[in-house]
Amino acid sequence: MRLSLRTAPAAGRNPASLDDLAVGESGVLSSIDLPEGDANRLMELGFLPGARIVAARSAPGGDPRVFRVDGTEFALRRETARKLRVETGKEKEGAP
Amino acid sequence: MSGLHGCEGCPVAALPIQGGAPRLVALVGPPNSGKSTLFNRLTGLRQRVANFPGVTVEQRRGRARLEADHREVVLIDLPGVYSLTPRSDDERVTRDVLAGEMAGTPRPDAVLLILDSTNLNRHLVLAAPVLALGLPTLVVLNMADELANRGGAVDPEALATRLGVPVALVSASRGEGLEMVREFLSGAVGLPPSLDLPVLADIPKCRQWAVALGDKAGYSQPAPPVWTRRLDAVFLHPVAGPLVFLAVVIAVFQTIFSAARPLMDAVDHAVSASGSWLSAVLPASALKSLLIEGVWGGVGSVVIFLPQILLLFLFIGILEDSGYLARAALIADRTMRKAGLQGKSFLPLLSAYACAVPAVLAARTIENKRDRIATILIAPFMTCSARLPVYTLIIAAFIPERPILGPLLGTRAAAMLGLYLLGFLAAFGTARLLKSSILKSDGAPFLLEMPPYRRPTLRQIGLRMYDRAKIFLHRAGTVILGVAVVLWILAHLPLSGGKMPEIANSVAGTIGRAIEPFVRPLGFDWRIGIGIVMSLAAREVIVGTLGTLYGMDAKAGTAGLQAALRHDLTPGGAVALLVFFAFAMQCLSTVAVVRRETGGWKWPAIQFAYMGLLAYSGAFIANRLVTLFLG
Repeated sequence: MRLSLRTAPAAGRNPASLDDLAVGESGVLSSIDLPEGDANRLMELGFLPGARIVAARSAPGGDPRVFRVDGTEFALRRETARKLRVETGKEKEGAP
Repeated sequence: MSGLHGCEGCPVAALPIQGGAPRLVALVGPPNSGKSTLFNRLTGLRQRVANFPGVTVEQRRGRARLEADHREVVLIDLPGVYSLTPRSDDERVTRDVLAGEMAGTPRPDAVLLILDSTNLNRHLVLAAPVLALGLPTLVVLNMADELANRGGAVDPEALATRLGVPVALVSASRGEGLEMVREFLSGAVGLPPSLDLPVLADIPKCRQWAVALGDKAGYSQPAPPVWTRRLDAVFLHPVAGPLVFLAVVIAVFQTIFSAARPLMDAVDHAVSASGSWLSAVLPASALKSLLIEGVWGGVGSVVIFLPQILLLFLFIGILEDSGYLARAALIADRTMRKAGLQGKSFLPLLSAYACAVPAVLAARTIENKRDRIATILIAPFMTCSARLPVYTLIIAAFIPERPILGPLLGTRAAAMLGLYLLGFLAAFGTARLLKSSILKSDGAPFLLEMPPYRRPTLRQIGLRMYDRAKIFLHRAGTVILGVAVVLWILAHLPLSGGKMPEIANSVAGTIGRAIEPFVRPLGFDWRIGIGIVMSLAAREVIVGTLGTLYGMDAKAGTAGLQAALRHDLTPGGAVALLVFFAFAMQCLSTVAVVRRETGGWKWPAIQFAYMGLLAYSGAFIANRLVTLFLG
């Protein structure tokens, strides 16, 4: 029951979710599409709307993936990462 | 933030001394803040681990002796939490204790709030709900050494001014800066003034509050941990990562089985030597038999596992404290998910190959309650070392040694491997079953913090080994002692003409014959029936029991015992016996520790019944199949 097909983001469009970030890429979190309790837990860890999140690396099999937020790394399964919407700014990572 | 009243960053010693010094002080902090390291620093061996009533949350209490005035303060190390909004059992316990609503635990008189200074923006958020409690609080900024090494800085006095409570910058692992903590504990108490705290439910606001606070306290975030990134490039490398993982697993296995062996033999030798010495000095009597065969033999059969368990916890300690465990859990997650479990179940299940008791204790690292229970329930299926004597005896008696793959693999080794596989498959299938029914995931996402790699300290690991060994010896030991005495009585009563009966005529023998109709379909006779009854306490007991039943010294005359078994047991019955031992929960130490760790009899009862049912039906099918094929 897992969606293995992923619609490739059209050229020039923003990737939609955290899972779409390639290793080394970063994005600004826009929303968390999870039940309130789970979203709050993620927010407590720093996954706050507006926070810049870096895709750090992934487990050898590609899942779970490791994301860096505010200097700390957290592993999330891809199914969870897909629920976190991000925007990738065109501009380079600027002032905090 | 404004709204500060009272003490303006004054040194601790100048704080008003409260009438009564704090007697119960709670340690609060997020996971990975070094809370337990500080707790161990302050209490040393003067600590006690138990569960909070009714929940599977660990409660650690210890006494800190304050040199200054020879008084003692009781410290309680609360579960690590990210917030005080109760969402898990851990958070509920921490909140309830701090609010004074936990049965059996008085409200703490003061709080040590431990935060990781290298992660202050995130950790300082917890200060808001903790200070809102209105308890005297000392904020402890831990990992000062790492902060300085990585070029970060913070001004604790400035932070104290802003927060209105004293702030100490310490390194708990090195024991630096603890004077201020001790001073606080001896009664220099900072009461939080009425601070303008953010609305606690608004997480982004709390975070802004924390970041602004850090700014004003001159907090500069340390540089990324360079070594951690370098090591992760190897340990999480697509090719090297799994190889390192495999090497670690093999090293743990080797240690458990090879390196522990001489130590276990030494313990075994010491137990039997002291037993023979006792037997030589004591006059012959029923009491002597009870003492030597019941108590000495029973307790000895448990103590023999101590070296293995200590080595296992040495490994677990190194893996956990170094930070590699989080990486191992990350690598294992994909595989464990196929069983419906998660990466953190990997370590307990690996431990279970030595013994289910430490495995059940190691399951504490799994925060998700359902995953933790599921891991505890399947752990006893893993082939523990207590099964090996039984497997070895039956395989040696019934399976002729023939090469299968030349000198690499013989029939006996293949049979042994097959039994390991059988246990693994039972665990896997049971996990799938549990996780798709009564322990279905609550949907909480898998979340794993990747802490920086750190050098483990001997002190930390030593304390944990001591702690776990104590639980093992105490809990398992008392149960085993009781059961050993009961089993001895069953095997030696009723007296006939003032003399102890043969085991066949004893209560145990009567039970064995009474259950013969039930074990007959499995291919067992009454002797095996007695063996199974006796081995409810511990699996390996059946070898000694069968030895007694056939009138052979189990140790000296294994060949004789094998011949006797071949005479009495059909090949179908032999295979059935192996299957029965692979599945059945014949270990009262495990039952006791599962009861302790799950906070009641419900789960161990379910587990015992389920494994028993599986063992019986599995053995029945095995007997039928083998009999069918061998005609």
